[in-house]
Amino acid sequence: MNVEKISGAKALILSLLHENIHTIFGYPGGAIMPIYDALYDFEKEINHILVRHEQGAIHAAQGYARVSGKCGVVFATSGPGATNLITGLADAMIDSTPIVCITGQVSSHLLGTDAFQETDVIGISMPVTKWNIQITKASDIPMAIAKAFFIATSGRPGPVLIDITKDAQFELFNYQYNKCHFIRSYNPLPKIDLNKIELASQLINEAKKPLLLIGQGIILSGAENELKTFIEKANIPTASTLLGLGALSANHALYVGYLGMHGDYAPNIKTNECDVLIAIGMRFDDRVTGDVSRYAKQAKIIHIDIDQAEINKIIKTDVAIHADAKMALQELTKLVDINKHESWLQEFKDAKKIEVDTLFENEKQNYTHELKMEEVIKCLSSITNGEAIIVTDVGQHQMMTSRYYKFLNTKSNVSSGGLGTMGFGLPAAIGAKLGNPNKQVIAIIGDGGFQMTLQELGTILQSKIAVKILILNNRFLGMVRQWQELFFEKRYSFTEMISPDYIKLANAYNIEALQITEKENLEEGILKMLQCTSSFLLEVKVAKESNVFPMIPTGASVAEIRLK
Amino acid sequence: MEKTFTISVFTENSVGMLNRITIIFTRRHLNIESITASESEIANVFRYTIVLKTTDEQVNKVIGQIEKLIEVLKAFVHEDDDIVHQEIALYKVKMNHASSNELEKVIRENYARILAIDPHYIVIEKTGHTTETQSLFDKLKSFGILEFARSGRVAVTKPMKELSQYLKEIN
Ligand SMILES: Cc1ncc(C[n+]2csc(CCOP(=O)(O)OP(=O)(O)O)c2C)c(N)n1
Repeated sequence: MNVEKISGAKALILSLLHENIHTIFGYPGGAIMPIYDALYDFEKEINHILVRHEQGAIHAAQGYARVSGKCGVVFATSGPGATNLITGLADAMIDSTPIVCITGQVSSHLLGTDAFQETDVIGISMPVTKWNIQITKASDIPMAIAKAFFIATSGRPGPVLIDITKDAQFELFNYQYNKCHFIRSYNPLPKIDLNKIELASQLINEAKKPLLLIGQGIILSGAENELKTFIEKANIPTASTLLGLGALSANHALYVGYLGMHGDYAPNIKTNECDVLIAIGMRFDDRVTGDVSRYAKQAKIIHIDIDQAEINKIIKTDVAIHADAKMALQELTKLVDINKHESWLQEFKDAKKIEVDTLFENEKQNYTHELKMEEVIKCLSSITNGEAIIVTDVGQHQMMTSRYYKFLNTKSNVSSGGLGTMGFGLPAAIGAKLGNPNKQVIAIIGDGGFQMTLQELGTILQSKIAVKILILNNRFLGMVRQWQELFFEKRYSFTEMISPDYIKLANAYNIEALQITEKENLEEGILKMLQCTSSFLLEVKVAKESNVFPMIPTGASVAEIRLK
Repeated sequence: MEKTFTISVFTENSVGMLNRITIIFTRRHLNIESITASESEIANVFRYTIVLKTTDEQVNKVIGQIEKLIEVLKAFVHEDDDIVHQEIALYKVKMNHASSNELEKVIRENYARILAIDPHYIVIEKTGHTTETQSLFDKLKSFGILEFARSGRVAVTKPMKELSQYLKEIN
């Protein structure tokens, strides 16, 4: 039989379709032109979003992946196109987000010659990808794509980069696609050690003061229901990391709050009072632990993680369970006793009351007529009923959102956690809207971070993406200013920031916009933003010098969390 | 406490593996003392032998990161007692009539071998542990060493599950 030969570029597109990919974020250029040419014939099957900067493409792909659970796909050209992806790769790597990046590369005979727009993308991206590969032959494309999707989405997910030389994109070959399900040197789904489950259940059953910490691992493994069943059976108070928010509804009776540096008082101080600490799908980031030498020393530690390298990396465990969260929770639930921990749960309520009362006192003492970030977030949370998808940038507004937005649903909180990438918010929100078009998607961004990637307003304009943008403008790089105030004697070195006229700016992109400066207009403004069926920018002028509390200063222990 | 560790890493035969492995050390500011690579007893499986001085805690974290690499089949860490290891050293030494008897004695006593003889120099080979090749170096110094090269450590383990066993278990 005579099979028609196709180009490597077309094979790439067909391979992506084979992987059920219908959304791509990208930006063309010389070395990826054959692929873009092939894409031209697939307008119906593939929705390619033309961004305004490759960093925008990868953050959008991250937002898309985080809300949909699917893999984000990015196209970029060689040289500067590829290097513009690096921040997003690093972000996706540390926040375990499945991304496949396709970069064009100069023709294979030019490799290593300093050809125009030749960069060693494989070398540069090696430390920030889960896997990467350079392809110089068309016939290797299907295998590389199949492996890329398998690696990116299995085990602890992460970003993968495939660099394809231009000649490989042009080359004709007999195309055939086989999905990848197995790589002998890679074990994404470890076998559960049931002895460890048994040991863990014994500790849990004997515990008087158990505390459960959950991270994004719950969401990535789809273990939300198993988590609920488990904690309800064993009656365990449960706190969440930044990326775990939403895995357990904030309304759940056993949810005791947000962990870490700007987290809630109760779960932080109780970390150093519990007798058994169970951590699932989280990696004891220093923003969560504070001083590790004074972290939960009194407790027996159970750590469940799919990534073996996370176990004993930061905190020494008593029982380490190397497993998928969902499977581990199913096994654990079978062995734990039905239990009640009423007085222990009451302690969390009492601690919460201390926090609420103290913050209220602070607020009263520092009262001004200016709007406060927390008021805006609380208002947004109640109007949206905790049902929106919230994408944040990085800074005070991010911490305020994590503190005061009541996330009720899984995959509704998209934030740059491990890398803390300013500029993440706007493009990630674009991707999130495409990943879950039926939901209200709101990007909450500071004036600093917005100005890092505001060029993506052009993407919103061109692709008609109905994201809502809420800028909390404090005319400062707020989070840095807070540290300057608290730890650098108010020496505000280069943190004051001038903004353009955001309303005019939005209007220039044909985006409806409104500025709010007064408390009495807040609710109305938020309603207007939410009711708008297309994109909308709401700028809220908030207090210039307001701080996020509680706070665990660097080097302090979780028990030393400051309320003012 | 810092100790000498020998890490054996078994990998698929793919481009860039050495780089993938070494950046894990760089990131932790660890200095590799020596590194060698060769095909292992299994076709297409490569073996890297890496020697470094560090603490138990660090080495275990490094092993974790190495095993996370997609193309790594398995990584093992050993202390000197668990392995049989060897290095090879080559010495190019000045030759003249006056010194030849003396030189012959040193070579004999140190169980070294002569690889090449030229009117002006002689090339000597010695395999052994670093202390042994170093001791010969010290003894040859007075004759005038023109060139010296020592390989990285190669090692095989004493009791250990064979790699092929691990491969069977995963497959
Ligand atoms: C790309 C990048 N550069 C610098 C920082 C350091 N940084 C963290 S928070 C912050 C201030 C953010 O200011 P803004 O966006 O206005 O938000 P606010 O804190 O005022 O809410 C800075 C500069 C960062 N996280 N990311």
